[in-house]
Amino acid sequence: MKKFSVKTIVATGIGAALFFVLGRFVAIPSPVPNTNISIQYGLLAFIAAVFGPIAGLLAGLIGHFFIDFSYGWGVWWSWVIASAVFGCMMGFITGRLKIDEGEFDSKAIINFNVGQVVAHVLAWVVVAPTLDILIYSEPANKVYLQGVTGAVVNIITTAIVGTLLCIAYAKAIPKKGSLTEEN
Amino acid sequence: MTNLFNYIERKSPVHDLTGATKLVCLMLWSFAAMTTYDTRLLLTLSVGGILLFVVGKIRVKDVSFMLGFTLVFLVLNTILLYVFSPHHGTEVYGTCTYLWGTSGRYAPTLEQAFFQFNYILKYFATIPIVLLFVTTTNPSEFAASLNKIGVSYSVAYSVALALRYIPDVQKQYHEISQASQARGIELSKKASLVQRLKSASAILVPLILTSMDRIEIISNAMELRGFGKNKKRTWYMARPFRVTDYASMLICALLLCTSIYLNHLNGGRFYNPFR
Amino acid sequence: MCYNIVAMEEKVLEFKNFGFQYRAQAKPTLYDINFQIKKGEKVLIAGPSGCGKSTLVHCMNGLIPFSYKGEMTGSLVIGKKESREQSLFDISHLVGTVLQDSDAQFVGMTVAEDLAFALENDCIPQADMKKRVQEVADMVDLKEVMHHAPGELSGGQKQRVSVGGVLVDDVDLLLFDEPLANLDPATGKQAIELIDEMQKQTGAAVIIIEHRLEDVLHRPVDRVVLMNEGRIVVDTTPDELLSGKYLAEVGVREPLYITALKYAGVQITPELHPSSLPDLMLTDQHKEAVRNWFHAHRKPAKEVTEETLLDVKDISFTYEKMQRKTLRDISVQIKKGEMVAIVGTNGAGKSTFSKVVCGMEQESEGEIHFAGEDFTELSIKERAEHVGYVMQNPNQMISKVMIREEVALGLETRGVPEEEIGRRVDEALKICGLWTMRNWPISALSYGQKKRVTIASILVLQPSMIILDEPTAGQDYRHYTDIMEFLEKINRQGITIVMITHDMHLMLEYAGRGIVFSKGQIIADRSCAEILTDAEIVKAASLKETSLYLLALACGIEDGTAFVQGFIDYEREFVRKHDQSI
Repeated sequence: MKKFSVKTIVATGIGAALFFVLGRFVAIPSPVPNTNISIQYGLLAFIAAVFGPIAGLLAGLIGHFFIDFSYGWGVWWSWVIASAVFGCMMGFITGRLKIDEGEFDSKAIINFNVGQVVAHVLAWVVVAPTLDILIYSEPANKVYLQGVTGAVVNIITTAIVGTLLCIAYAKAIPKKGSLTEEN
Repeated sequence: MTNLFNYIERKSPVHDLTGATKLVCLMLWSFAAMTTYDTRLLLTLSVGGILLFVVGKIRVKDVSFMLGFTLVFLVLNTILLYVFSPHHGTEVYGTCTYLWGTSGRYAPTLEQAFFQFNYILKYFATIPIVLLFVTTTNPSEFAASLNKIGVSYSVAYSVALALRYIPDVQKQYHEISQASQARGIELSKKASLVQRLKSASAILVPLILTSMDRIEIISNAMELRGFGKNKKRTWYMARPFRVTDYASMLICALLLCTSIYLNHLNGGRFYNPFR
Repeated sequence: MCYNIVAMEEKVLEFKNFGFQYRAQAKPTLYDINFQIKKGEKVLIAGPSGCGKSTLVHCMNGLIPFSYKGEMTGSLVIGKKESREQSLFDISHLVGTVLQDSDAQFVGMTVAEDLAFALENDCIPQADMKKRVQEVADMVDLKEVMHHAPGELSGGQKQRVSVGGVLVDDVDLLLFDEPLANLDPATGKQAIELIDEMQKQTGAAVIIIEHRLEDVLHRPVDRVVLMNEGRIVVDTTPDELLSGKYLAEVGVREPLYITALKYAGVQITPELHPSSLPDLMLTDQHKEAVRNWFHAHRKPAKEVTEETLLDVKDISFTYEKMQRKTLRDISVQIKKGEMVAIVGTNGAGKSTFSKVVCGMEQESEGEIHFAGEDFTELSIKERAEHVGYVMQNPNQMISKVMIREEVALGLETRGVPEEEIGRRVDEALKICGLWTMRNWPISALSYGQKKRVTIASILVLQPSMIILDEPTAGQDYRHYTDIMEFLEKINRQGITIVMITHDMHLMLEYAGRGIVFSKGQIIADRSCAEILTDAEIVKAASLKETSLYLLALACGIEDGTAFVQGFIDYEREFVRKHDQSI
């Protein structure tokens, strides 16, 4: 399931399309530029958890690239790469979860959320600002503030949106159970 | 809806270049602009970009919408830069020339002004090229181009699928959110952040679950038509390189070389008129 | 017919004592499948939902065993070799599949690219590819739209693309999985004609999987394989099939004209040639019987209430960026307690009209009154308490895990007190027949039950009218009847029902009145029997004349409309009541 099969390719494409639509048309801009209240990271975490690190990486990369592209402000590579890093990390950290088999218990919720916090911190507090400084020579305090704000907002959104998505998806997988009708 | 990325079909030398060439040029050009803070090169790139705009027969009117976004973004970033680091320029250039004689944290300096000028120039060096790429590259050709410049066709096709299904996903999102609104689920600004996120999830769940079904059906459809059979594949929309393609790539490569050379010459990324 | 000339002895595909069990399932899905398809044959596989049709399709195109894992028993030879000894790609050169969902099958960005998809995967050089794509585009008549994106095509055109995309590969067997599911009646008719034509041109064998028998039989098929519960019930000619009792036993609907003939006491035998209405060999005696039945059951029209619920006056609407108005001067009244069908082609404005009524789109001019109240100032949320909107696909509406939570959602967002929520949810669940499952997760439900959950979640807001978009799309006869009878039940409890539909049976049988949209205008507003017997309206709305009407004409009944109405009334009065009492 988590190898780069045709299904993973399709999941990457559709994942990127979803990421784009959510990021482009649903995001609520926050006062700090480059930082949106972006529910697309909840989605990306979900895609990565179900389809693995490569799908996560590429869906983040392609989706974010398209968002920047469609605004026409030039591709802000540092943040595009950070999205890809987040998707990839999420895929690795949640590698042992079996959401697609309908399993998402409290242990998995903890794994998912610890994972997303680590991945977001790495992406937005380490990768994005560092690349900003390297590529654009931006002042450190500005980019770190942007990074930390981004990380905090994304952690909150992923904790809510991502977790709810995983639960809903896991529950939607039909399992043989003994449901009885009540009167 | 193919026009999501504002591709404008016209006859021009820029349109005639293959997508792959334009992609390579975009990369080389933006890396050239990324590596340097040399005012002279940035100016050249900015002017060059605007000239290419004319060559590509793209009018400001065509991109005014996107340009608007960019300007807002640029203004915000420039202001923030000043708010957070009013002395970034003096650190970079190593001198401190106060304008109007005043001193203090937010007192304007010539160095800061020059730095911010360069910062804005950096945008202007890349924006026209990105806009040009967006408006002159047929999205259909994009995936074929990626494959041509060495990206594996699996990844290239993921990109194509994303472009193909964005309008569908968008339409579906719209429909689902309307139905949710009827049931009282709102993303209104009045609600608290957590509440808003919960509402967003209520819209997202049906969107994601139907998308998961769709992923399965599409991958079946693709496999049934032989996708993934061979190590390579051909592309209906691919175009062969011509002399102008090679020439354009060469010029852009030279720009990147210049940028790297200037880094070496300036002993850093900045061109420093203050020493 | 031409397929008799083609070498009949050459087998394209053969099942022998074949069975299949999915890995995750406790019981096999297919048992003892034995049948073969010869070159140039055209076979219909019919059966109710869950009979194993889809699994059979997956076996024939190679997705089983290559994508879906499980245990195969017996033998399945495709071409000359066992399917399990080939690869999915080998099979894809022999068997071309046209999926039900033509949006999912359309993976290219434009028509030309999608037609080329299989060729691209085969590394065909570009020059040859362009030539082949052009040939195929000629065959399926898509030359005019080669550079169009899927969003710019009609449902019928998208299906042509799917067919073309499979034909580029010169396959021996064409497999159509529910080709009629997403098409309006007229386009469905064209699709069946297209399939017929493609078979004649390519000489390939054709298998059509459908439960809409009458529509498929618009063009002749050689055999019908009827399935139920994973087994083949019968494999015979359509004439034999229609003369037997098989269809009623498995719950596949027979053509309406056959039902009418049976009501009139005509004994259906293969000699009558019942599979084709134009070729029906009716004797004068038979015709007499039909006429007599008609005169015996002629009835006056039934009365309607006079209290107007929805009153729409001169509504116009234009989508942004569109030149043409999507709705033009729409005026219509819907009375309290009515059950109304809205019909018309895709893009005729049916859905837009409902969205405007529900406040999801804002009309540019005109007035909407609901139960005397001015509707124009109300928000989506406020209007939803009067008019509920049920989307076609229940999966697009369900956002909670448990049934109760889902049904309660609309009340919770409105801040209704806990106690009242409980009471109203219980009530809605009881009406919708979900009470016994009230604590189940929604994932455990069937499609039809999910549909009821979405209706319950709308009913809980206590609207006096609900609008349903294609309430029975993709459902087999049993589920269709379940859903429609449920709607009739809530209609009897006083809820006005408006159904947007392509399904002519549905409108004939259940709607008291039909409103026909065409190009943003209402072109007819009268009884469904009148609509479906008016050639001009039928054409403009992309409907199909009902076979009952044609039967009436064939039997020399001048007032065909009255015959159709008589048939419906007869069914309503005798047949369906009888069914319910069982």
